[in-house]
Amino acid sequence: MSIASVTATRDAPVSAILPARGGMLGALSDLFWRRPRFLLVLMLMPPLLWLGVVYIGSLLALLLQSFFSIDEFSGLINRQFTLKTYADLLQPANFDIIVRTVTMAALVTLASIAVAFPIAYYAARYAQGRWKALFYLAVMLPLWSSYLVKVYAWKLILAKEGILTWLLAKLHLLWLLDGWLALPYVGGNSLSVSATGTFIAFVYVWLPFMILPMQAALERVPGNLVEASSDLGASPGQTFRNVLFPLALPGIVAGSIFTFSLTLGDYIVPQIIGTSRLFIGQAVYSQQGTAGNIPLAAAFAVVPIVIMGFYLWGAKRMGAFDAL
Amino acid sequence: MRSDRSQSAPLGLKIAATCGLLFLHLPILLIFIYAFTTEEKSYQWPPPGLTTQWLAVTWNRPDVWEALSLSVRVAAISTLVALILGTLCAAAVSRSRFFGRETVSLLVILPIALPGIITGIALRSAFALTEIPFSFWTIVLGHATFCVVVVYNNAVARFRRTSGSLIEASYDLGADGFQTFRHVVLPNIATALLAGGMLAFALSFDEVIVTTFTAGQQQTLPIWMLEELIRPRQRPVTNVVAMVVVLVTLLPILLAYYLTRDGDQVAGAGK
Amino acid sequence: MIADEMTPAVSFQKVARHFGAVKAVDALDLDIAAGEFFAMLGPSGSGKTTCLRLIAGFEQPTAGTISIFGERAEGVPPYRRNVNTVFQDYALFPHLNVLDNVAYGLMVKGIGKAERLKAAEEALALVQLPGYGARRPGQLSGGQRQRVALARALVNQPKVLLLDEPLGALDLKLRENMQEELKSLQKALGITFVFVTHDQGEALSMADRVAVFNEGRIMQVGSPQEIYQRPKTRFVADFVGSSNVLPPDFVQRYAGQRRWGSLRPEAIRITRETGSDAIQARVSGVSYLGAATRLALDTEGLRLHASVPSGTAVPEQGDAVAFTFNRDAIHLMDEAP
Repeated sequence: MSIASVTATRDAPVSAILPARGGMLGALSDLFWRRPRFLLVLMLMPPLLWLGVVYIGSLLALLLQSFFSIDEFSGLINRQFTLKTYADLLQPANFDIIVRTVTMAALVTLASIAVAFPIAYYAARYAQGRWKALFYLAVMLPLWSSYLVKVYAWKLILAKEGILTWLLAKLHLLWLLDGWLALPYVGGNSLSVSATGTFIAFVYVWLPFMILPMQAALERVPGNLVEASSDLGASPGQTFRNVLFPLALPGIVAGSIFTFSLTLGDYIVPQIIGTSRLFIGQAVYSQQGTAGNIPLAAAFAVVPIVIMGFYLWGAKRMGAFDAL
Repeated sequence: MRSDRSQSAPLGLKIAATCGLLFLHLPILLIFIYAFTTEEKSYQWPPPGLTTQWLAVTWNRPDVWEALSLSVRVAAISTLVALILGTLCAAAVSRSRFFGRETVSLLVILPIALPGIITGIALRSAFALTEIPFSFWTIVLGHATFCVVVVYNNAVARFRRTSGSLIEASYDLGADGFQTFRHVVLPNIATALLAGGMLAFALSFDEVIVTTFTAGQQQTLPIWMLEELIRPRQRPVTNVVAMVVVLVTLLPILLAYYLTRDGDQVAGAGK
Repeated sequence: MIADEMTPAVSFQKVARHFGAVKAVDALDLDIAAGEFFAMLGPSGSGKTTCLRLIAGFEQPTAGTISIFGERAEGVPPYRRNVNTVFQDYALFPHLNVLDNVAYGLMVKGIGKAERLKAAEEALALVQLPGYGARRPGQLSGGQRQRVALARALVNQPKVLLLDEPLGALDLKLRENMQEELKSLQKALGITFVFVTHDQGEALSMADRVAVFNEGRIMQVGSPQEIYQRPKTRFVADFVGSSNVLPPDFVQRYAGQRRWGSLRPEAIRITRETGSDAIQARVSGVSYLGAATRLALDTEGLRLHASVPSGTAVPEQGDAVAFTFNRDAIHLMDEAP
C-alpha cells in the first residue's frame, strides 16, 4: 500500500470547513444552495412566462373573443359580452358541421383501433430483439414523417387517374368503386373528393398515434395470461374478448384521445381530400380568414376543447393516462 | 423470428400486421416514384416515363429556396428556445417536489394535446388583440410553444434515469453548483437534449396548421406545399419537394432514435 | 478556531431535523472522536442516515448546532466541507472512466491534470485496483465499484469519511473481506470513519464505538462490548443481537430488583436434573445454526431463547426441560418498569 505517497502528494488541508470560493459564481452557487426555492423559481420563470402567460393568455384571448359578436352590417367586432355567437353555432348549417366532424372523428377512431390492433399486438407479444426495434421504427418513421406529404400521398393514390383506380381496373373491380362512389354521403366524383377519401386519409395520418399507446398497454399484459386463457379452453375469440381487450383498453382509450382530438381539430385533410362540406377546423379557418368573423371562429374552436375536456375526463377515470 | 414464448404468431395475425405496416409505408414510398414521373398535368399511374429533370427544375426555383431557408431558420430558433425552456422545466420538475408540479407538466403538454388549430387561432387572436404584426418571430413564437414538450419529455426521462446521488456525489467531492452542472449534469443529459432538439427541429420543420395562423404573408416550406396542393401550379416540383421533405425529416428522427435507444422512453411519444 | 487533540471530529448539540411533522432526528447530542471508527446502527427510518447527511451537508438541521473539528457547519454547503461520502449506490459518474472518477474531487479544486491523475492512480492502488483507471464504472463488479467509490473519497484526504451502508449491496464473502479491509485502511490512514448500517454484526465487528438509533434518537452509545453485554433499554437488547428481554416481575424473582432485564441466549444452560433453582420449560422450537442450536423455551408465559453449543445433547420440540442460568448474567436495564 502506498498510503504515505497519497498523503504526501499534497499538503493535507488543515481545516474541515473550506473558505468560500469567492467571486460572483461562488457567491451565486452558495446562494442557490442555501435557497433552493430561489433557484427553482428562477428555473421555472422562463417556461412559465412563455407557456403560462403567452400560451394560456392566448387561449383566454380566444375564449374572450368567443363571447363577442360581429355586427352583421358593418362586419366589425362588437366587443360586448354576449352568448349570441354560441347561439349561432346551433343554426342548422353550423350544427351540421359539428355533427359531421364528431361522426368522422368517431369513425376514424374505430377504424384506427381495428387496423392498429394486429400491429400493436404482434409488436408487443411476438417481436423480439432486433425485430422489436425494427417494428418500433416502422411505426415511428411514419408518425414523424411530414404530415403534408402523407396527405399529398393519398391525394396521389385516390386521384381518378391514380394508382388505386389502376389497381382496381387490373382486378376488374371498377364496378365496385363506381358503385361505392354512387352512394350518398360517402361517394363523390372520385375517391379524392369524397368523404370516404377524407376518412382513409385521416385513418392513415393518425394510425401511429393509436399503435404506440396500444402497444405500450399490451406490453404489460403477461404472455402467460393469454396462454392460461387458451389452456382453460377459451377459443381465440373468447380470449380476445375476455382477456386481451379489457387489458388493452387503457391503451386504446389513450390512443383514441389522439385520433379523436386530432380529427376534431384538423382542417387540412378535408380541404385537400374531400367534399365541399366543411369540418370544424375548416369552419374556424374560413370564419377567421375570409369571413372575418373571429368571434364565430373562436366559438367553433371552443367546441373541440369542450368535447375533449369531457373525453379526457372519461379517459382519466378509465386509467388511460398510465398507458401514455 | 425468435420468440421466448416458444410459439410463433398465428397466420392471420401475421397477415394483418404485415398489411397494416404496408398501409403505413407504401404511400410514402409512392412519393419517391412520383418525383421522377414525366407526367406534368395529372397524377397518372403508372407514370408514362421516368426522368430526373424535375430535380434540376426544383433546384432552380427561388421560391422553393426561400421557403426552405425560412423553414430552417424558424426551426433552428424554435429548437433553441424549446431546448432552453424544456430543459429548465424538466430540471425543475424532476429535481424538486413543489406545489403545482403536475400543473407545470400539464401546461407543457397542452400545446400539443390540443388540436393545432386551437393553438393557431388562439395565438392569432392574441396577436390581433395586442396588435402585434406578423413576422418571423410570430412563427417562432408558435413553433417554440409546441416544441417545448418534446425536449421536456426527453429531458425528464433522462433526469429520471440519472441517479440523484450523482449530483450529491459531485457536491460532496467539492464541486459547486456550476461545476456540478458543467461536469455532471450536462454530460449526463447531453444526448437526451440532442435527441429532443432533433425531434423539435423535425416537428417545427414540418408544422403547417399553427403556421398558417401565425405566418402572415411569409411562406415556410410546408405552407408553400399547402399552397401547391390547393392551387397546383407545377405538380412535378411539388413531388420533388415532397420527397426532399421526407428525406430531411427522416435523418433527425433516426438520429434521435439512435441517441435514446438504450432505455429511454419512446423518443417521439410526445408528438 | 484551531482544532486541538481533544476537539471531537463531529459534534452534535441538540440537533433536530424535522420533515414537516416527521421528526427524522430529534434533539440529538453526539460526539465522535477524531480518528475513531464510529458506527450508526438502527432500523430503517431511525434517523441514522439523516445524521450522516447532516454531517455531509446534504441536510440542514432544523435546530441545534453541528461542529466538525470545532468549526460550525450549519449553513455550509457540502462542497465546502472537507468531508467525503461513500454512497450506498456508490454514485460513480457513468460518463467518466474510473481514473477520472477518482480524480474528480481534485479536478474541481483546480489541481493540475498530471498531479491529480497521479494521485488518483495511487488511490486506486490503495484500494487494490491498480491499473483499472481506463475502465468505465459499468464494466466493474459491485465490489470493485465500491473500492472505486472509496478511492474517490479518500483521494481528497477528508477529515471525516462517511460511509452509507457501504457493504449493503455486496454478497456475504465479499462483505467479510471488505469489513477487514476497511478496518485496516482506517487504522492505517487515521481518518475518522463514520458509517451507517442496519446490520448489528457489521457494526459490532468493525466499529470502535456504536450508536444505536431508534425513532430519531440515540438509545445508547458505547463500545461494541458495552452495547452487546449491557444494553440500556429493551430496544437495544432486542435490536443488537438477540438478547432475551425479561419483564420486571421475572427479574425481581431472580435478581431481586424490579427492573427490566436482559439475558444473553448463551447464558442459559439446559439441565436434566430438576433441582430447586432450575426453571421448568417446554421446548417450542429448535433451529440448527451450525456452531450452535437455538432453542425457543416457553416458561411462565414467557418465550426465551437459549443457545446450545453443537456437540451437546439437544432436546426435541415438545420436550419438557429445565434450565438454569447464573443470576449475575441478568443485566439490569436503565429503562423504568
